[in-house]
Amino acid sequence: MNPRDRTLVTLVAALVVLLAVGALLPPWQFLATVALAKGCAVLGLMLLLRTGLVSFGQGLYFCLGAYSAGGLGQFLGVTDALVLLAAGCLVAAVVAVVLGFLLANYRNIFFAMLSLALSMILYGLLVKSQALGSTDGFNVAPPTLAGWALSGHDGRFFLYALACVVAFAGALTLDRYFKTPLGRLAAAIRDNELRVEYMGASVRQAIHVKYVIACALAGLGGALTGLTVGHIDPEMAYWTTSGEFVFVAILAGTGSVAAPFLGSVLFEIVRSVAYQHSPNTWQLALGTAMLLVIMFLPRGLWSIFATRGKVA
Amino acid sequence: MRELLPVVIDGAIYASWLFVVAIGLTLIYGVMKILNMAHGSLYALGAYAAASLGGAWFAGGHSPYASYAILVLAALIVGLIAGPLLERGLLRFMYGKDEIVLLLVTYAVFLILEDVIKLIWGVDPYFIAQPYGMLGNLDFAGLTYPVYSFVLIAVAIFIGIGIAWVLQRTRPGKLLLVVIHDREVSLAMGINVSLFYLTTFTAGAMLAAIGGALTAPTVSVVPGMGVEVIVLAFAVVVIGGLGSLPGAALGALIVGLVRSAAVHYLPQVELFSIYLVMALVLILRPKGLFAGFEARKI
Amino acid sequence: MKSSLWQCTWLTAIAAALAWIPSTAAAEDAKPFRVGIVTFLSGAAAGPFGVPARNAAEVVVEALNAGTVVAPYGNTKGIGGAPLEIVFVDEAGGTTKQVTEYRNLVQQKNVDAVIGYISSGDCLAIAPVADELKKLTVFFDCGTPRIFEDASYKYLFRTGATATIDNVAAALYLNEHKKNTRKIAGINQNYAWGQDSWNDFVAAMKVLVPNVQIATSQMPKLLAGQYGAEISALLSADADVVHSSFWGGDLDALILQGAPRGLFKKSTVVLTAGETAVQKLGDQIPDGTIIGARGPFDMFAPDTELNRWFRKVYTDRYNVPPSYPSYKMAQAIFGLKAAYEKAQAGGKAAPSQEQIIVAFEHLTFEGPGGKVTMGLGKGHQAVQGTAYGTVKHVGDKFTLTNVTTYTAERVTPPDGVKSEDWIKGLKAAK
Repeated sequence: MNPRDRTLVTLVAALVVLLAVGALLPPWQFLATVALAKGCAVLGLMLLLRTGLVSFGQGLYFCLGAYSAGGLGQFLGVTDALVLLAAGCLVAAVVAVVLGFLLANYRNIFFAMLSLALSMILYGLLVKSQALGSTDGFNVAPPTLAGWALSGHDGRFFLYALACVVAFAGALTLDRYFKTPLGRLAAAIRDNELRVEYMGASVRQAIHVKYVIACALAGLGGALTGLTVGHIDPEMAYWTTSGEFVFVAILAGTGSVAAPFLGSVLFEIVRSVAYQHSPNTWQLALGTAMLLVIMFLPRGLWSIFATRGKVA
Repeated sequence: MRELLPVVIDGAIYASWLFVVAIGLTLIYGVMKILNMAHGSLYALGAYAAASLGGAWFAGGHSPYASYAILVLAALIVGLIAGPLLERGLLRFMYGKDEIVLLLVTYAVFLILEDVIKLIWGVDPYFIAQPYGMLGNLDFAGLTYPVYSFVLIAVAIFIGIGIAWVLQRTRPGKLLLVVIHDREVSLAMGINVSLFYLTTFTAGAMLAAIGGALTAPTVSVVPGMGVEVIVLAFAVVVIGGLGSLPGAALGALIVGLVRSAAVHYLPQVELFSIYLVMALVLILRPKGLFAGFEARKI
Repeated sequence: MKSSLWQCTWLTAIAAALAWIPSTAAAEDAKPFRVGIVTFLSGAAAGPFGVPARNAAEVVVEALNAGTVVAPYGNTKGIGGAPLEIVFVDEAGGTTKQVTEYRNLVQQKNVDAVIGYISSGDCLAIAPVADELKKLTVFFDCGTPRIFEDASYKYLFRTGATATIDNVAAALYLNEHKKNTRKIAGINQNYAWGQDSWNDFVAAMKVLVPNVQIATSQMPKLLAGQYGAEISALLSADADVVHSSFWGGDLDALILQGAPRGLFKKSTVVLTAGETAVQKLGDQIPDGTIIGARGPFDMFAPDTELNRWFRKVYTDRYNVPPSYPSYKMAQAIFGLKAAYEKAQAGGKAAPSQEQIIVAFEHLTFEGPGGKVTMGLGKGHQAVQGTAYGTVKHVGDKFTLTNVTTYTAERVTPPDGVKSEDWIKGLKAAK
């Protein structure tokens, strides 16, 4: 079987398993929906990581996506989930195109810090916006799909299913992208920018495109989170949110387009279990779990599933 | 309308606080290339230790003026315990990993320490307010300022000059610069690099703890106090240029003055003034004001 | 070889972990009444609010189960005869996390009711979920009036008054005890609570003192900790009154940094949530400072048997007296118990959730802070009076003078009127 098909088969299998598990375990649907939504943001971050860049400001787009979707619902009465998701994705992408001109010049910690500063500025602006509820944010009405409300027992399952499909589509698209010439540049840029330039490719432009893709995914994830949770607030742009994405991305590993989703789901489960079983010391439990993964799985959680040699 | 003097004084006081809080971070980054997220926890540990030790000191009825020494002593103890423990016990196994993975490691440490602090001290606030008011007040431009704030400025200058002196004038300091410049060659020349790493991390931890210990008299020592400090210190250090000592000083001064001006003239923008400054500086000078040397990449 | 061994180990570990998670809640006998209690156990709000509330829940529930509570809750053990069981959850982590954990409480831990939430953002996010999952939920502390003014809920109750009363009563108090107030300034944390508090206060002051001047409004970042520049700005503002809704470590820092610099001498400082600082910092709060407790709690609480009992058991266990979050938590638990037992209508059988809800609506019950009436939001939102007092140290002892209580009617809008609109028509005279 050629590698492309292998990924497709894996992803389809994962989609089927996810849907089945979700249907069998309704109490876990919500957590999984949120995890998949955040996974979209992490997937974008993985693209940047493969290029050698770390953004500590993906919260900016996550929040923009959520506020675009939430705002459309709250103030213009749009409730169709697909329209709202597309809006979140689009707004994030447009902003990323603009900011990308600036950020594409930056590398390493400076890229991380400038993106962090930009996202904190959005946070500050939203906290100042009392019409949008300041730090309290506002509630988002349950979305609809083709005129059908995504609330209640069955509605929740369909929202979960939608998240699964979105994640599947995101992963598949990114997988295909990695196999295009521009996509393959990611690793090359990470390893040696200079040689990429000698080859005749524009590093700047490549980074700009990747940045826009990553941010569109973050916006999509944000919109999906907003619809799922039913509430959005500026904390989505706070540095801790962006930091969480980075940590999940690193813990998950960059080995496969499925890794961000696996990492995200496991992270949410571990955190939830820690909350429930040691409400007073969940940070201790979470921190220890993170250290263990870093020490014993240096290539991330994904390396459990990948056999040696195929990880790279 | 309003006189400029209070803006400058407030700015200078805040800047000196920022500098003391941020200097350990830039030192550790400069030498070890670790952005230490646990810096905030070490700061909080320093504050807690100062409050506990200082509280016991006052309860024992000892000389109140010696309490300043007690604050510093508490910070040194925290640094001497936590520094080697973290560096020898954890970080040294991580050298050679990606900067971002090291950041993640220190973040995990931060999470763990947050709960450890809670387990040791509980969630109730601790106070060690006496040293703040004991030195009396000074009047400037019609406003009252505690002398303690000016002591803080003096301490910041002293620490800055002290570190510069160690780096420029002493043999270990010069060797440290060599280690910063090229780790492999230093090793080949027989420099005990791991000892330098241990010392640097311990010194950085001490500085973080001193920041906390000196802040303790002005606040109540509570859980979560280290969280805000992390990003603030990051911003200062990034504005100045990572790993640069004069950069941290200048970064602190700029942020201090801008924030103070915002508070006096335009309180609405205080919330994101620091991030605006950070974004502007990075846009104008992508590597901060005092860019460190370039990492090798051929 | 090595890698596949690792793989096996890890997969086994994950499988074991997943199996350990109670994915379908363990079966249990229906007897105990299970309550999920959500309050801050970590972070900056844990010390001043979260943990005092958790402590109150612990002593009250323990005493209820042992049947040692005094009247009017001494007749039945637990809740209507059923023992209470609590599951604690940390409120830290933001709204997404909290909605997840709320769902886990309801769907996995199968609680019978949830009591909790200090942050207004969390309350806003949880409210629609309570109705979606059809689970009786009682908010005990969060202050935003938006919950029942912008929407109505069936399964949701709030046994604490809104934040509106804090700032309206503060303005009324100033109008009564500091008649020459012409110029006001504020220092509030830059987030929804701080902004709303300042806006309510200014709106009320503008009605009571029509030509009031606003000297400056300082809005430092939440948890900033260093207020040197803000205090300078307030000192140069030369205001008669400085309003602050600071709490926790920020409030402590403001007192510690402001008092030596004469801020509290130069202006009368009103601390709407000042009560939480009194226990630890009472001797440092200068005379003349006006403090509130966000309701008739702690030093403002009436001298009833229930209050004396509550203060005693709490102080015996934790060596400090209960502060207002402890009162509000106790109030929520007693409210739930009162509704539950009213629904039983003298019988012994466990009432259905629907019956408890009907009984809860418009209920009047007694808490350690006095009578509470579920008077707003179609009987789902409590109304309660509040009080303010002025600090005066007698010798070394912290006391309050000029304590003035305000009835619920004086500081609360009638049902169906939004707080912000109601404040504009506020009447000064009694």
